[in-house]
Amino acid sequence: MNKEYEILQSSKVSRASGFIAIFLIIFLFFAPWWAGRADIRLLSEIFLYLSLASLWNLLAGYCGLVSVGQQAFVGLGGYLLFALTIFSGFNPFAAILVSGILGALISLPVAFLIFRLRGAYFAIGTWVVAEVFRLSFAQIQSLGGGSGSSLPVGIVKSIASSKAMRESLTYWMILGLTVFILLSVYLILRSRRGIALIAIRDNELASQSLGINILRSKLFVYVVTAGLTTILGGLIFLQKLRISPDAAFNVNDWTAFVIFIVVIGGIGTIEGPIIGVLVFFILRETLADLGSIYLIMLGFVAIFVMIRAPKGIWGFVSSKYNIELFPLSRKLKEIKGE
Amino acid sequence: MPNKVLETKNLNAYYGDFQALFEVSIDLFEGEIIAIIGANGAGKSTFMRSVTGLIDRIDNEINYKGLSIKGLRADEIAKKGLAMVPEGRKLFPSLSVEENLLIGGQIKRLGPWKLNTVYELFPDLYDKRNIPSNLLSGGQQQMAAIGRALMSNPDVILFDEISLGLAPIIIKSIYQNLPKVIQKGMSAIIVEQDISKALEISDRVYCLQEGRIALFGESKQLTRQEISKAYFGI
Repeated sequence: MNKEYEILQSSKVSRASGFIAIFLIIFLFFAPWWAGRADIRLLSEIFLYLSLASLWNLLAGYCGLVSVGQQAFVGLGGYLLFALTIFSGFNPFAAILVSGILGALISLPVAFLIFRLRGAYFAIGTWVVAEVFRLSFAQIQSLGGGSGSSLPVGIVKSIASSKAMRESLTYWMILGLTVFILLSVYLILRSRRGIALIAIRDNELASQSLGINILRSKLFVYVVTAGLTTILGGLIFLQKLRISPDAAFNVNDWTAFVIFIVVIGGIGTIEGPIIGVLVFFILRETLADLGSIYLIMLGFVAIFVMIRAPKGIWGFVSSKYNIELFPLSRKLKEIKGE
Repeated sequence: MPNKVLETKNLNAYYGDFQALFEVSIDLFEGEIIAIIGANGAGKSTFMRSVTGLIDRIDNEINYKGLSIKGLRADEIAKKGLAMVPEGRKLFPSLSVEENLLIGGQIKRLGPWKLNTVYELFPDLYDKRNIPSNLLSGGQQQMAAIGRALMSNPDVILFDEISLGLAPIIIKSIYQNLPKVIQKGMSAIIVEQDISKALEISDRVYCLQEGRIALFGESKQLTRQEISKAYFGI
């Protein structure tokens, strides 16, 4: 047997999904012309949650790093935006990009601490770190201390001449970042490093004995995730224009809802967070008026999905119909053989 | 005389405070196959895990090609050319068969083993290449685990409990293929509970008993009686 093979990573369905995704992105790019301001704000929020969920999915679903402290980097991003614009005179968009680099750098000593912990202790460790961040920023009086502060009018006006333009610019930046994050997660997982991450998730010892550097692989994902989450935090608070420690480091808003999205959508799949974020916002938009009953119903939905479809909605659909919109697996095609 | 590729000198290994290996000295020469036999709990797998860096607490020396590898991480040892086919196969269930093989090739050591050559050795794997590895039969999983280790083009390959849980016909097929693997210039250590298989395939044999070497010698010169005495300690 003397055969040659070609490794394929796409299918007809995935190519069709790619085209639809491109069309959808172009369509959404023009939203400021066809959607109202409330819709733009809602779309921005959906994209922000989709980005946070995709990053958390990369962290927990592929690396087994179940963090319940990602609000640390959301809050950090928000506060760095305020600090860099108020004290250093940065343009807000430049400040957000710089905060991403700072967030990645700050995540290194954090990783040094929490990577010593395993499983549930790791999860608790990340939460403790987020609380330390919250308490630390609450001590900074120049940023409003415990009660927080608003972004000065001059800085807000420096973003764009009109409110509509500012909101459109922020929307485009959020849309662009979401596309960048989804694409990055997809490309990381399709790379050799991605296979290594999945192997680590399946069996750490076996992957280590095949030459995979576990620490380096996990650290890479943790730092990339932290940097991008910090950028997202900056964008979240650029929309809100006001920050306080409780809002910035809120475990419910920036981690619990994100975990809900990933778990019901399908952890460990690219499509899961997309499905999850749609379900979450449909529930929120239809049930939010019910007050605390809405949160109870979210809990019921999560429990129901976990019992009926432990791999999430997409995991259930994918295994039943054997489809992947954004395939990560490789298929081998024989191109020459005797 | 061939070069010594792997050598442990009075190796001790511990799980916490429990000592599992006591002064185990084993040599492996280039192109040689040695078998490590012993009853359950004798320390065979502990020895393999110690050599491949999967046990943190060990005493004394492990030399690979004349250099100490003691204290290196498992991934660093793998990159030097030591690959293990672990007990229970330990394939990655989320990955397809060929992705499992590609993981083995991540080290990027040069050598004869790539997808084509692995599929030539195990044609069954080619037919199942796109399916999740956990859907393979036990024998096919063992083939995939061997192929995955080969993809790293190791100089030394360690087989831990190679025939455990497999049907006799599968064991026969795997043992028939082993000389093809070793012929490519590798050395091998085989941990095996089936004494006759171990003696048949290996040049030399070490018998472990309660973490100590109870017997060693040329496979063809050891008698059944000597082996039984060392194996069971009676």
